[in-house]
Amino acid sequence: MSRSRAPGIALTVALASFLAACVAASYRQVPPAVPQGAANPGGGAIGLPPADDDDITADVAAWGPPADAAAPPDAALQFSDDPVARGKYLVDAGDCQACHTRAGGVPFAGARGIRTPFGIIYSANITPDLKTGIGRWSEADFYRAMHNGIAHGGKNLYPAFPYTYFTRMSRPDVDAIYAYLRTLPPVYQPKPANKLPFPLNIRPLMAIWNALFFRPREFRPNPAMTAEWNRGAYLVWGPGHCGGCHTPKNLLLADRNGHALQGAAMSDWVALDLTADPRKGLASWSNGDLVEYLRSGRNAHAAASGPMQEVIYYSTSRMSDSDLAAIATYLKQLPPRRHMKGFAGPSEAAMRAGAAIYADTCVACHDEHGEGQPRTFPPLAGDASVQARDPATIVRLILAGSRSVPTPAAPTPLAMPPFDWKLSDDEVAAVATYVRNAWGNAAPEVKPRTVAKLRRRYAQAAERR
Amino acid sequence: MIKRGVSRRVAVLMGAAFSALASLTPGRAFAETIRRRLPWAADRSDRPLRRDERPGYIFFSPAEAAFVEAAAARMIPSDSTGPGAAEAEVPRFIDRQLAGPYGEGDRFYLQPPFPKGTATQGWQMGPPASVYRMSIAAIDRWSGATYGKPFAALDPASQDAALKTLEDGKADLGEGADSKAFFALLLQNVIEGYFADPIYGGNRDMSAWGMIGFPGARYDLTQWVSRYGEQYTLPPVGLTGRDAWKPRS
Amino acid sequence: MADPAVDVVLVGFGWTGAILAEALTAAGLNVLAFERGGWRTAPNDFAIPFDQDELRYMWRHHLFQNVAHSTLTFRNSPDQQALPMRRLGSFLPGAGVGGGGVHWNGQVWRFLPSDFKARSHNLERYGADVVNAYDMTVQDYPVSYEELEPYYDKFDYLCGVSGKAGNLGGQIQPGGNPFEGPRSRDYPNPPLNMPYGPSLFAKAAAGLGYHPFPHPAANMSRPYTNPLGVQLGQCTYCGFCEKFGCGNDSKSSPQTTILPVLMARPNFTLRTWCEVMKVELTRDHKHATGVSYVDENGVLGFQPASIVILSAFMLENVRQLLLAGIGTPYDPRTGTGTIGRNYSYQIVSSVNVFYDDKVTNPFIGAGALGMIIDDFNGDNFDHTGLGFIGGGYLGALNTGARPIETHPVPDKSPKWGAEFKRAIAENYVKTVPIVTHGAVMSHRNNYLDLDPTWRDTFGRPLMRMTFDFTDNEHKMSDYLTDKAAEIGRAMGGREVRSNKRSGHYDIAPYQTTHTTGGAIMGADPATSAINRYLQSWDVPNLFVAGANAFPQNAGYNPMGTVAALSYHCAEAIVNQYVKAPGPLVQA
Repeated sequence: MSRSRAPGIALTVALASFLAACVAASYRQVPPAVPQGAANPGGGAIGLPPADDDDITADVAAWGPPADAAAPPDAALQFSDDPVARGKYLVDAGDCQACHTRAGGVPFAGARGIRTPFGIIYSANITPDLKTGIGRWSEADFYRAMHNGIAHGGKNLYPAFPYTYFTRMSRPDVDAIYAYLRTLPPVYQPKPANKLPFPLNIRPLMAIWNALFFRPREFRPNPAMTAEWNRGAYLVWGPGHCGGCHTPKNLLLADRNGHALQGAAMSDWVALDLTADPRKGLASWSNGDLVEYLRSGRNAHAAASGPMQEVIYYSTSRMSDSDLAAIATYLKQLPPRRHMKGFAGPSEAAMRAGAAIYADTCVACHDEHGEGQPRTFPPLAGDASVQARDPATIVRLILAGSRSVPTPAAPTPLAMPPFDWKLSDDEVAAVATYVRNAWGNAAPEVKPRTVAKLRRRYAQAAERR
Repeated sequence: MIKRGVSRRVAVLMGAAFSALASLTPGRAFAETIRRRLPWAADRSDRPLRRDERPGYIFFSPAEAAFVEAAAARMIPSDSTGPGAAEAEVPRFIDRQLAGPYGEGDRFYLQPPFPKGTATQGWQMGPPASVYRMSIAAIDRWSGATYGKPFAALDPASQDAALKTLEDGKADLGEGADSKAFFALLLQNVIEGYFADPIYGGNRDMSAWGMIGFPGARYDLTQWVSRYGEQYTLPPVGLTGRDAWKPRS
Repeated sequence: MADPAVDVVLVGFGWTGAILAEALTAAGLNVLAFERGGWRTAPNDFAIPFDQDELRYMWRHHLFQNVAHSTLTFRNSPDQQALPMRRLGSFLPGAGVGGGGVHWNGQVWRFLPSDFKARSHNLERYGADVVNAYDMTVQDYPVSYEELEPYYDKFDYLCGVSGKAGNLGGQIQPGGNPFEGPRSRDYPNPPLNMPYGPSLFAKAAAGLGYHPFPHPAANMSRPYTNPLGVQLGQCTYCGFCEKFGCGNDSKSSPQTTILPVLMARPNFTLRTWCEVMKVELTRDHKHATGVSYVDENGVLGFQPASIVILSAFMLENVRQLLLAGIGTPYDPRTGTGTIGRNYSYQIVSSVNVFYDDKVTNPFIGAGALGMIIDDFNGDNFDHTGLGFIGGGYLGALNTGARPIETHPVPDKSPKWGAEFKRAIAENYVKTVPIVTHGAVMSHRNNYLDLDPTWRDTFGRPLMRMTFDFTDNEHKMSDYLTDKAAEIGRAMGGREVRSNKRSGHYDIAPYQTTHTTGGAIMGADPATSAINRYLQSWDVPNLFVAGANAFPQNAGYNPMGTVAALSYHCAEAIVNQYVKAPGPLVQA
């Protein structure tokens, strides 16, 4: 009995190791999450990142400004009777364009390379091209892909495509997306062969993975909660697939029960804790602050950086205020993590040097008290990403800079310049430690070797461009 | 339509010239057609070069270095008021400037002819590096003829007198040299080296800034605008920082 | 090969180009702009980690036009040989996206109502002898202050100007400039905080009965979102403003006020590193077909357009007219011809007040930070018997005392040596500068034409500038300097040093970048190149936008008026020209 199971277990272990390695080094992680209070739609799920060959900032640079700075998102589309209109809205809500468009390519024609430690997976062409797109797919084929993770022809899809979230979407919504995608001009754009080594290039392995971690099931509203809350839960756990980045995983990619949306480290960034954690989370944000952030990319507390910019650009800035309010209602009811590990306070030497660097170089935007210029230059006092346990985001911003995402509501691309040429590893570590521990902030000290490691990684990413 | 303008061949030549100019400007993307985009070069910026730490002089010959060291030391002498040109390493600054694009006159119009102009028509000589080379040689010849030794070997009082003669344009330096214009250039470069950011090789330890009370490469003086009559308290900082930036336990 | 035709092609993409492009694309026109420099943006090109570099930006001209490529030749009078301006000095034009709008100070002024009627007003008040003295060729503008007021207002709000109105709809406001023309509303932002020096100046000036007020500044006194939805940050008084780009988006520029919205529009295209060679005309020279240009790969192109607008620095605008053979070049001997006519400048001087006991920290600065009096500008005072017309403002401006450029020493100090060093060390943080900013009238012998000898990189003739100050300017400037010294003495310092502007105009030392004229606006095609809408009299589908339009200069920084004229021009194109192409004013 146990002998006959051995090959399956071996395969599972191999697969799990691969996935764990992928996840450890990638920024969008497995979301085996159970939306608290909502129906449990299944077990584990995996969504690999839409991280390119390129670094995310390369894409930010390539983005145009919003099409019409004056035009607000069309809220009427959200519940339109016209499936094409509703489908377009849902395509935005699902952030489909981000993964299904390569840099400089035609939207939805796919071929965007998704880098993993073992190779590159390319996104599919979802225009209705007969040869290279989904032109031959029926509505039922499309639903099976979204709901079961199985492509036209029966192949298993890699969970880089987050069917583990899309499975929660209703049939009419998935059909609407299909209807919209059919209206796109067909684009001939073959998908490059994935660059995955044996045995990970064997798609049927995914069936085993699905059997272990994935149960297809549509979202079921929680009758105990309001309609708005349920709409929010549906968006967060269905099309929005927020947990893909924001939920932490254990090494075998099983859920860390009770840690849904509590923030997760990714390779170059830290996905924020979306719960009401007073330090790392959104406790100080009102529902209105959340809506403003998702709509415009910034609010009085923060400006989006890293992969969240892409989500805002292609997705949330195009969603209706009522849907954003529903997301806010849902997120604001997430309880914070209960037990936090303690950490030692920062060294006096780092704080003293950090204070000098801060006073000399940072105050012109972020203010001597870390208060920033709200909505223009983000405050650092009380900021969640500054105080994240993993300093990847703050170190990255200091080294490489960032530019805020232009949205119709806030078209100005305000920017932080790179300081990599100016500050040594010691100095970056000191000023990062300082901003993490000044003005009532508290977070572990940043070590120069951490900065050195991240600096090398960004340099390699820049090299690839 | 094009024929009314310039021929294609000429245009290619012109473009090559233009291109050479454009390439002098680092960090730029060239000849872009920009539509529906706000370009931004992520991770890159038009940062300055770091301080050139090579020892010794790169442009100056020993004789030239001796002249510049001596002249700069008379223009900003070493005394109890603060650093002199020597302590601030002004000659090193000038050397690095002349060895670089400025020395070549990268932003000077250098097309001939070069007739002599009036006092109000500005610079009518070649690029700074060649003007230094020619002028220092001419000054040392003139100094030899007038004082019996090169400028650097004169005593300070004689050096001051010689500099005054140069400043007034009363030294006959021979064909092509212009003592007044060269003196003005040298004095300008000395002041530049004294007060420029230390990354350029002079203003060592920001001591010249410290002497006058200039806060250096800061970007926020908001808190000081309304503090009437108060001496600014933070020490000067350079583009690459100051001592206090180094963590020390 | 011709590129696809556009409605409007713009030659030059600084403030003027960006203003016109925004206004014209908003009306649905398809616009393409050529810029001979590159794309520039704060985080890449003038960012806080390296922006505070006096040597690189001021003295090595990093953001300015590179004269190695193209310059001009200069002489004081027509009987001299003009020689090339081999390095920048007297004025500092920009190159690259944003043009001079990147490194300007942000001094936003309106001309006085009487400045627009400089000839008729002075004739009426002082008579022909005064107006025609010194070979002056002063003319009236073909537009009035009242006509331009809405466009001035538009630029104030675009830029988020910090200031205090002195005249709201005819009501004089305490604390503002009582001499200014009526405004339809106050400035969008309150004045900047005043440092010690300007406050000492204001107190002394008020004590003498003058009317000090805060300099109107496109430096933000608080975070601001302009009517296009573009955000600016709050100024931090860093002192690296004039001659520098702003690292924290707190100085208005095309980048910080227009481009985020303009660049989003599908009907706008920008081509960088493309040098426009020539405005191309039909055989009869009555119609522009477009422009020929060269990109940095040496590819020569032709861009057809229904409308061509010259929107480069004014000297380049005039040169393009001369290169294309549009209109008649001005001839000083006969006083006829229109292209190159009435080139003007400004005349500046300064006074330093030195204290023993007051620390003024003059390095605290912003481009337009200071207190001003306008009592001696334009015709705000009686010129009877003074022997000149025109005037200027004067005031204590803290633009940032960067030490290579600014290390004032008392009158008797030598210029080098131990005494010089001690004088710098003792005085640097204990001085207040007062500047005067005077008008230059137009004169028969001050003009622009093409140089016969020197050429640019592309083989085209350089512009030749013939210019000198006359006694009108010297008398006026000395008058202003004496007033500044009078206030300086009332400021209670140890000593006051006057730096008068004497002698011939000198191309070498920096004075001001406010060069004007050469393709001036007027009501008569015999004495002007363009009409009240900046439209060429000779080629009706060509417009020439910039300070070249000023018939003579005023005692104010020109950008506010250049912007107002540009908005006025754009509105005429949209509302009149597009509907009925042709001359908007019958000659």
